[in-house]
Amino acid sequence: MNRLSYIIRRLIQMIPVFFIVTVLVFVLIRCIPGDPALTMLGDRATHEMIEAYRQKIGYYDPLWLQYFIFLKDLLHFDLGSSLRYSEPVINLILERLPVTIGLTVSVVFFTVVIGFPLGFMAGKKRNKLPDYIIRIYSLFGLSAPQFWVGLMLLLMFGVKIKLFPVSNWGDTLPEHIMALILPGITQALGIMAVIIRNLRNNVVDISGTSYVTFARSKGLSEGRIDLRYIFRNALLPTTTILSLWIASLLGGCIIIETVFNLPGLGALMINSVLSRDYSVIQGGVLIFVITVLIINLITDIIYSMLDPRVTLN
Amino acid sequence: MENNILEVKNLKMHYVSKYETVKAINDISFSVKKGETFGLVGESGCGKSSVCKTLLQLLPPNAKFMGGSIKYKGKELIGLSNKELQKIRGREISMSFQELMTALNPVTKVKEQIYEQFIGLKMTKQEKYAKAVNLLKLVGIPSPEQRLEEYVHQFSGGMRQRIMIAIALAAQPSMLLADEPTTALDVTIQDQIIKLINSLKETLGMSIILVTHDLGVVSQMCDSIAVMYAGSIVETGDTLTIFSKPRHPYTEGLIRSMPKDDGSKDRLESIEGAPPNLNNLPKGCSFAERCKYATEICINQMPPLKEVGENHYSKCFHTDLLINSKGLIEL
Ligand SMILES: Nc1ncnc2c1ncn2[C@@H]1O[C@H](COP(=O)(O)OP(=O)(O)O)[C@@H](O)[C@H]1O
Ligand code: SF4
Ligand SMILES: [Mg+2]
Repeated sequence: MNRLSYIIRRLIQMIPVFFIVTVLVFVLIRCIPGDPALTMLGDRATHEMIEAYRQKIGYYDPLWLQYFIFLKDLLHFDLGSSLRYSEPVINLILERLPVTIGLTVSVVFFTVVIGFPLGFMAGKKRNKLPDYIIRIYSLFGLSAPQFWVGLMLLLMFGVKIKLFPVSNWGDTLPEHIMALILPGITQALGIMAVIIRNLRNNVVDISGTSYVTFARSKGLSEGRIDLRYIFRNALLPTTTILSLWIASLLGGCIIIETVFNLPGLGALMINSVLSRDYSVIQGGVLIFVITVLIINLITDIIYSMLDPRVTLN
Repeated sequence: MENNILEVKNLKMHYVSKYETVKAINDISFSVKKGETFGLVGESGCGKSSVCKTLLQLLPPNAKFMGGSIKYKGKELIGLSNKELQKIRGREISMSFQELMTALNPVTKVKEQIYEQFIGLKMTKQEKYAKAVNLLKLVGIPSPEQRLEEYVHQFSGGMRQRIMIAIALAAQPSMLLADEPTTALDVTIQDQIIKLINSLKETLGMSIILVTHDLGVVSQMCDSIAVMYAGSIVETGDTLTIFSKPRHPYTEGLIRSMPKDDGSKDRLESIEGAPPNLNNLPKGCSFAERCKYATEICINQMPPLKEVGENHYSKCFHTDLLINSKGLIEL
């Protein structure tokens, strides 16, 4: 099956999932205690004003009709307007999405460039000192609270050494990149613990397989065996785990964006929850869901490129 | 010995763990003549694969080399550096593995796994391709151009065996260690592989160590054989001699328990019992427990490898009792 038709089929399969999510979001939002009219108009609104507002937003329409209108707007990329910012939700999201995507890329980058070599080394030097050090790290790495790690890094490299900006997203691309380094490392330090442990164990397992011994019997250099046989194969399960983490990272970005004061989706979401900005929450959740679905699709495609035994279907 | 390509002397190797020591190779000596097929025969677990891997020094970390000498074309292989060994492996001596389904890299194309054997040779892309196609043809893989682009999981067991042999031959070694090349294949494919290896010997003049537990295969392929039991060679000699006049009780038993020629499953007889545990070998003859000729001395002392005929040795105290033993072939 060719790659393009696979992608199209997967995208089509996403549609029903997406609809189910819209229903859930729609219902859940209406379960949150609070009255949008009151929130919008404030405590001193008169009964008449509230009634008029309710009529306007269709508060008394049957639920199915409200859902239908919600869907119709959605299809026009209209996610409603923010109460807090008085701006279309879609604009708010599109403004902040690049920051969160940038953060994700930064996290993945640091996880890969630091975690992969360390995991590989721990596996190659198993039961020697580097392995023990790396294993101890991977035991504790995940349990260190991220806001604390982030603050420590900020204090050290932002405030003391002034290597990186503190709470400053900046205006130019280089400034943005600088602003993404520390948060990227902070988040990566946690995920790396899992990645390193997984890669280490895979390297140990793969090193004992017959195909590695056979490769040696062919007279290949150890460097080539490491790269083409051990690393290539050890990476396969790690890729899956990394992609699961990337998906869950979207949730984690709420903490990191708050600590580092990044104007990303996570920060937007937390502010909106605090101020009961319903339409923003609603839009944010939908964007998260779409992103997770797309990340899964990309992972499956990458995996099929890495492992020829896996076919796309 | 000018015409010996390989001479192995007093080879010993153990697998050591915290809990036990598996004495996998116990003082083994044999030699392989240039251009011959030498059979290493014995029940599963007697140490055949361990011998092959020791020859190429491919042992896992828990293996402990306990001494001995491996001379290839007069040159000692024990003590060579990893770099020096890399020049021997694949280029002088190559090995096809018993583990058909797992011995090839699952994530790279067959083509790449063959091309790897051309590293260091000055060959153009076209030459590599042509040579790879020829190799696949040589080992009898149909439509080689297409199959070079495929991955291992797209091949059947028999085809994987051929690919493994093609890879093993790619750097034109003088010697091939074929570890159970016919095991786990069905009978018609077995015959094809036997014919293939026999033809390699004839057309390429290779020396081959054939490892198998199947005496039928040995009789069709080998010029001389060594019979292994519990990590030792118990009898060695020309194939014809051993099949006609076995001088070790274990060999005699093996030959008598071969399936009949007419293909019926009945055996004349079979050897009762099981081989001893390699982590707890008896101090005397390791076959004593199953041997119908065993006496007091067999239990208390280790029998020496005795010359019992021209180029024919047996590790037994009572070789005389077998002087009239008849094998399958009547001379
Ligand atoms: N890596 C290993 N660690 C410990 N014991 C091993 C290892 N490989 C093989 N053995 C043991 O060594 C003995 C000989 O094995 P092997 O050489 O594979 O025999 P064969 O090839 O004749 O079947 C067996 O008892 C086996 O269990
Ligand atoms: S030495 Fe004794 S026990 Fe061992 S094979 Fe010979 S007769 Fe049998
Ligand atoms: Mg074996």
